[in-house]
Amino acid sequence: MSKKQHYKITVNGKEEEFLAEPRELLIYTLRERLNITGPHIGCETSHCGACTVTIDGKSVKSCTMFVAQADGKDITTIEGIGGPDDLHPLQNAFKEHHGLQCGYCTPGMITRATKLLEENPNPTEEDIRFGMAGNICRCTGYQNIVKSIMAAAAEMNAAKEAAE
Amino acid sequence: MKDEVTSREERIDNLKGMGCSRKRVEDARFTQGKGNYVDDIKLDGMIFGDFVRSPYAHARIKSIDTAAALEVPGVLAVLTAKDLEPLGLHWMPTLAGDKQMVLADGKVLFQGQEVAFVVAEDRFAAADGIEAVEVEYEELEVLVDPFKSLESDVVLREDTVDEAGKPVDGAHGPRKHHNHIFTWEAGDKDPTFEVIDNAEVVATESMYYHRTHPCPLETCGCVASMDKVNGKLTVWGTFQAPHAIRTVVSLITGIEEHNIRIISPDIGGGFGNKVGAYPGYICSAVASIVTGKPVKWIEDRMDNLMTTAFARDYHMTGRISATKEGKITGLHCHVTADHGGFDACADPTKFPAGFMNICTGSYDIPTAFLEVDGVYTNKAPGGVSYRCSFRVTEAVYFIERMIEVLAIELNMDAAELRRINFIKKEQFPYTAALGWEYDSGDYHTAWDKALKAVDYDGLRAEQAQRVEDFKAGKTRSLMGIGLSFFTEIVGAGPVKNCDILGLGMFDSCEIRIHPTGSAIARLGTISQGQGHATTFAQILASEIGLPADSITIEEGDTDTAPYGLGTYGSRSTPVAGAATAMAGRKIRAKAQMIAAYLLEVHDDDVEFDVDRFVVKGAPERFKTMKEIAFAAYNQAIPGIEPGLEAVSYYDPPNMTYPFGAYVCVMDIDVDTGVADIRRFYALDDCGTRINPMVIEGQVHGGLTEALAVALGQEIAYDDMGNVKTGTLMDFFLPTAWEVPNYETDYTVTPSPHHPIGAKGVGESPHVGGVPCFSNAIQDAFRPFGNRHTNMPHDHWRIWKTANELGLHG
Repeated sequence: MSKKQHYKITVNGKEEEFLAEPRELLIYTLRERLNITGPHIGCETSHCGACTVTIDGKSVKSCTMFVAQADGKDITTIEGIGGPDDLHPLQNAFKEHHGLQCGYCTPGMITRATKLLEENPNPTEEDIRFGMAGNICRCTGYQNIVKSIMAAAAEMNAAKEAAE
Repeated sequence: MKDEVTSREERIDNLKGMGCSRKRVEDARFTQGKGNYVDDIKLDGMIFGDFVRSPYAHARIKSIDTAAALEVPGVLAVLTAKDLEPLGLHWMPTLAGDKQMVLADGKVLFQGQEVAFVVAEDRFAAADGIEAVEVEYEELEVLVDPFKSLESDVVLREDTVDEAGKPVDGAHGPRKHHNHIFTWEAGDKDPTFEVIDNAEVVATESMYYHRTHPCPLETCGCVASMDKVNGKLTVWGTFQAPHAIRTVVSLITGIEEHNIRIISPDIGGGFGNKVGAYPGYICSAVASIVTGKPVKWIEDRMDNLMTTAFARDYHMTGRISATKEGKITGLHCHVTADHGGFDACADPTKFPAGFMNICTGSYDIPTAFLEVDGVYTNKAPGGVSYRCSFRVTEAVYFIERMIEVLAIELNMDAAELRRINFIKKEQFPYTAALGWEYDSGDYHTAWDKALKAVDYDGLRAEQAQRVEDFKAGKTRSLMGIGLSFFTEIVGAGPVKNCDILGLGMFDSCEIRIHPTGSAIARLGTISQGQGHATTFAQILASEIGLPADSITIEEGDTDTAPYGLGTYGSRSTPVAGAATAMAGRKIRAKAQMIAAYLLEVHDDDVEFDVDRFVVKGAPERFKTMKEIAFAAYNQAIPGIEPGLEAVSYYDPPNMTYPFGAYVCVMDIDVDTGVADIRRFYALDDCGTRINPMVIEGQVHGGLTEALAVALGQEIAYDDMGNVKTGTLMDFFLPTAWEVPNYETDYTVTPSPHHPIGAKGVGESPHVGGVPCFSNAIQDAFRPFGNRHTNMPHDHWRIWKTANELGLHG
């Protein structure tokens, strides 16, 4: 056990200050300290992506980041991506195209996909398969996840065009 | 009235009943991060438990010193077998009639075995405490090979011998050796041997179906909370069979069953991993009783892969005989089954090798004999059905490999060999040589449709050209055409022969119709991603004429749901789905009486039509189910009780037998061993289809798990019993990058005995997919003399096959 330190992070737009051991993994900070349970724990070795969050604009697996490394950072989880009144197109597309089954990988999957589409608004199927390869799903076989992301990209592009 | 201007088609659409691709009601919470999985549960004062695990595969425990651990800040208690023994909980019964140590009782039998349970204020303190527990081990000789185990003097389990060291009987009869668990036989030995010994053609092959693991993305875990004031124990956990868990907990703890509440919240995938009872559940419950606080235990990934619920590990040897024309005459299969340190197989109790006796497959084989020998080794216990009905993946892999080997022996096309041996449509119901009565099938139609869809003859021509090009040095790539035709046996099962620890494997549904025409239905099953809340509502919508959107489906809470045996082995639709339909029909029967009363006609003068009862011959006179529901609660109807509820406990008369035809086309780079899946066509016949979208999703997922198992996923041990594949770095889970797009197709052959004709589909693609992927690899090398190579076909093994066949020059 090591001495507790003071940390300040921003999660989904809200500033959070607390004392924690530096060795605390960010996923536990989110899930247990802040009750943000959308990101899940699947492996604790950075392989499965169930814990994916966005930190300062990058996709990060929060199970292998110490809270000390997240100090001062801006974090977005699935809870900050969309809710009942402002669903993100990806959240809607995953439902429409059956892009999930047990739902355990889904928050990380969608969180990662938001970044993928930000970086590449017109991805090919290959782009999506490569860009999502850090997120494992045991249920869907990915076919409908790819379809969901394609559909969300199309919808987001159409909305953007309409706005321009 | 609005109803009168709505067409019948619109009324049907409005129900979102059977056959429509209804979007899933579960998805809103999952896509918004609002699922409620066991690790999301947080109770006041909750503490955490975690295990000290054995680094050795076989060792005597000389001492356990917990003093230093108890000094670690945050650590509250450390449990060992000595603490559990006075409660009689240091061992627990397994589902297979064996018993298993909850915490190491004097020795350990596999790496990762639970030795002590550290309880602490948080997970990090528990981890510190684990480090501080001092265990002194004396290493013993390790047996990881079941064949060597059967010859070894080393007694793995002291309870398998008497004082003189002679083997005593096990749960399934006499032991052949002290490390032997059981022998299980099906079929007729002598007649089968006689046929095979005198046959025109015999193909013999040995194959190893390697050990693997279901590895759902969410590991196993629980939160146990003993309310000492009310004397009630509540356990939330990743339970695929919550009611059975409640009964087992009651039997082994002595707590009365009404004082135990088991709740399965959302489950992040099961695939068989979450059927059994694990030491973590027992230790959490005891720790909660001891400390008076809720105790959470969650496996990490290494715990999961190393300890809970391996699958497969079957060494199979087969002999198949045929006439020169290819008509199969007999089949013999012997299995040496590696069960690890305890026989904790999750099979119906009377079936120690599950339904391995479905190994005659889809073929009309007149005589057959199966024998399975279970063996103890120094590996983890389990033997669960990983996305399959009990041992059906092993059976289907066996027969689909034997067919391919026989085709080689006969110098015949494997598709044609299958065709001439399929059970014919008119032979159903068909009693197989090993005892099962197949309910329905039309294999020839499915096979022809599949072969036509992929242009099978064209593929074979292309393959022949490729072989020529390869031999001429024009390419280094070979083409493999994988075929498989499978018949599953699912929906366990009839109480007359299927039980788990004496609990009959029926299932149940209870429906309450609310006054304003919506409903709640509760089932004895529990979804782990299959979408029960969506699909069971569709069954009911069609049965009772209320929209699926107005029906809540609830499962997993033993205080509220009717008793059932849970979800695994594709049993939810065949058994609980049937119960749902039958309970719905009880609702409808009462609704008919109410309607007749309201319409002032005789009961027999009204008939059900989509969402209403109409007076026969006078369709303008009707009462909708919504109106009937309201009447059930607000009108005094002579001779009819108020309310509209029903419950059905369904004991299926038979299993269901889904089937399918799969074709896979691969290009294999001989120099790197990389197999590129160019095409995968999957035709499934699961009888009546409830939700095509969900079916397709199940097929995609099952095929991907099949790809994993066939092409790389394994739990491997070294000679010392160390697990070599204990993290996701080494244990293969395919990503989006490795997985192809699948083409799905179907035929519909309803089950004649199921109320809605449905057969179940969740596991078919895994069962049929594994041999299809494997056959594609093997087929690519067939022109160069390959008969059989063992899975998993990772790049290294494929390269090795090519090398051994002399293809590297």
